[in-house]
Amino acid sequence: MSNFNNLAILPILLPIIAAILSVFLNKKTTMTKWMTGIFVIVQSILAFSLLAYVLQNGPIILEAGDWPAPYGIIIVADELAMLLVTTTSIIAIAAAFYGFKTVHAKEQKFYFYMFFHFLIAGVSGAFLTGDLFNLFVFFEVLLMASYGLIILGGEKQQFRESIKYVLINVFSSVLFVTTVAFLYSVVGTVNMAQLAVRVGEAGQSGILTTIGIMLFVVFATKGAIFPLYFWLPKSYAVPHPVVSTLFGALLTKVGLYSILRTFTLIFGHQADFTHQLFIILGVLTILFGVAGALSTYNIKLIIAYNIIPAVGFIMIGIGVYSVTSLAGAVYYLVHDMIIKAALFLLVGTIIAITGTSDIRKMGGLIHRYPVLGWSFFLSSLVLAGIPPFSGFIGKYLLVRGGFETGNYIALIVALLLSLLILLSVFRIFIGVFWGEEAEQEKSKPIVSTTGYLAPIIFLLLFSVVLGVGADYIYPYIQYIGDTLANPSYYIENVLKE
Amino acid sequence: MRTNDLILKTTTNIIVFIILAFSFKLFLAGHNMPGGGFIGGLMTSGAIILMYLTYGIGPINKVFRVPFTILVAIGLSIAVATGIGSFIFGQPFLSHTDGYFYLPILGKSHLATAVLFDVGVYLTVIGVTMTIILSIAEDR
Repeated sequence: MSNFNNLAILPILLPIIAAILSVFLNKKTTMTKWMTGIFVIVQSILAFSLLAYVLQNGPIILEAGDWPAPYGIIIVADELAMLLVTTTSIIAIAAAFYGFKTVHAKEQKFYFYMFFHFLIAGVSGAFLTGDLFNLFVFFEVLLMASYGLIILGGEKQQFRESIKYVLINVFSSVLFVTTVAFLYSVVGTVNMAQLAVRVGEAGQSGILTTIGIMLFVVFATKGAIFPLYFWLPKSYAVPHPVVSTLFGALLTKVGLYSILRTFTLIFGHQADFTHQLFIILGVLTILFGVAGALSTYNIKLIIAYNIIPAVGFIMIGIGVYSVTSLAGAVYYLVHDMIIKAALFLLVGTIIAITGTSDIRKMGGLIHRYPVLGWSFFLSSLVLAGIPPFSGFIGKYLLVRGGFETGNYIALIVALLLSLLILLSVFRIFIGVFWGEEAEQEKSKPIVSTTGYLAPIIFLLLFSVVLGVGADYIYPYIQYIGDTLANPSYYIENVLKE
Repeated sequence: MRTNDLILKTTTNIIVFIILAFSFKLFLAGHNMPGGGFIGGLMTSGAIILMYLTYGIGPINKVFRVPFTILVAIGLSIAVATGIGSFIFGQPFLSHTDGYFYLPILGKSHLATAVLFDVGVYLTVIGVTMTIILSIAEDR
């Protein structure tokens, strides 16, 4: 007989086991590929069934080592965490299968799969943990893995960008530890549910709001919010496409999830100050992200800059802080994880075909690669939020939540700026796919794109279902928004009072 | 010109065993006294590094046949396995147990499964430390 709650640890444990196995199998690339493929598929089947269970029966709480909630480490597989873990596992499947085809054999032998699995483990762990210090540890797990991945290949610009990336992340991790120390000295606990209770009892006095803002600065650095986004675009543009996909789809979203969690659960008592700040920063984030995306001809950099406006939209959703807008933020989070992964894979494929990342040197690719072209077109529509697709529903919920609470100006500005997102991706579409083929392109043989396209279409399928099937998905998202707006739900489940 | 390092080699031969014994003592003492897998592992790798310093990389690599990267993986699998072990007994992840046993020579002893987790930490620390130092040393 086994303990049912243990299932909640498996989304973290399976990638760790896979990572250990891939060290043992390091030289046997074919076996590692098979092992990785099996593990990511098992992981996502598990995540889907856990998500279904959690949506039916409420959160699974695992008290590690059989220590009751405020004393031990707890794993909280609630609705939001499981939704994001499931999305992570979908992206892991696409990235793994894209990686089989595209990562050089030499880099695969250099522990690529170990880093990959540890990154997934860290991300799942950060989503599932119910303990602030444990969140820090999982942040470090995923950051260590990302340091390994960003440098893999060892080109000159990778070295340059990884130094910046490591420095900024080490700094924000130090600030994270300091903040946890402050918080521990004020309220005497690091368990999130008990933190929420005690901060609520203390009425979130000035010192606690200060600590909350410090925590926000930490997560804003990880999640690339204005004015702390400056490190992101270039360091996401230099590594291998698979690595960019994982980074762009997962890493900033972990920072956003942490803001969503801490500022709905723990620091929700001074909303007129903290959350108003979020709205302003959200609008500025969108503005600067869009400006960056329009400023360059490097297609990978355009997509990297496009991460930032999405972060801004989710920040506005958190800032508006109503049930509808929180549901919108969650919807947009899931939508953006999937579509950013698809876009990075598409751009990686374009670069693999043409051998350049400059729009001005490309043209007419649609004549030879129609499926690729139309997939890119579809994902541009999804990204910009054209009605039947998922980006629209997220933005619609955000706007409705914003208008309900009277934040008209911020949302109108955000919506107008999001037209420019469409412009930035359509610049790629027009520049790369339209027009005449360049002379040197015509002489090249057609590259077989089957292996490249399968993971992209897999992701687009989910993305389209998320939008077209909104009738079925929306009630669950609404329910998640409800649980977020009502912190006592989380606290009662964890502390069992 | 080769220098004659007889004194270094002789003292190393004696000291390495003292360090290894002390690190093992530290490792086992972790439950009731300062010590544990981390400091024990660091000290063991200190002893191994002393051997590398004295005899050079070639001869010592003939002694340690398991590559240190594999040692990291072995350590991690032991640590994970002790966590999963609790699944079999229907307990939450990472539950540990202990008890008093009568061993042949030592008599009544307190044995805890947490030591097995510490073995994992111990091996991982040795593996990581030695991988870092040796990969810097072998880089020319």
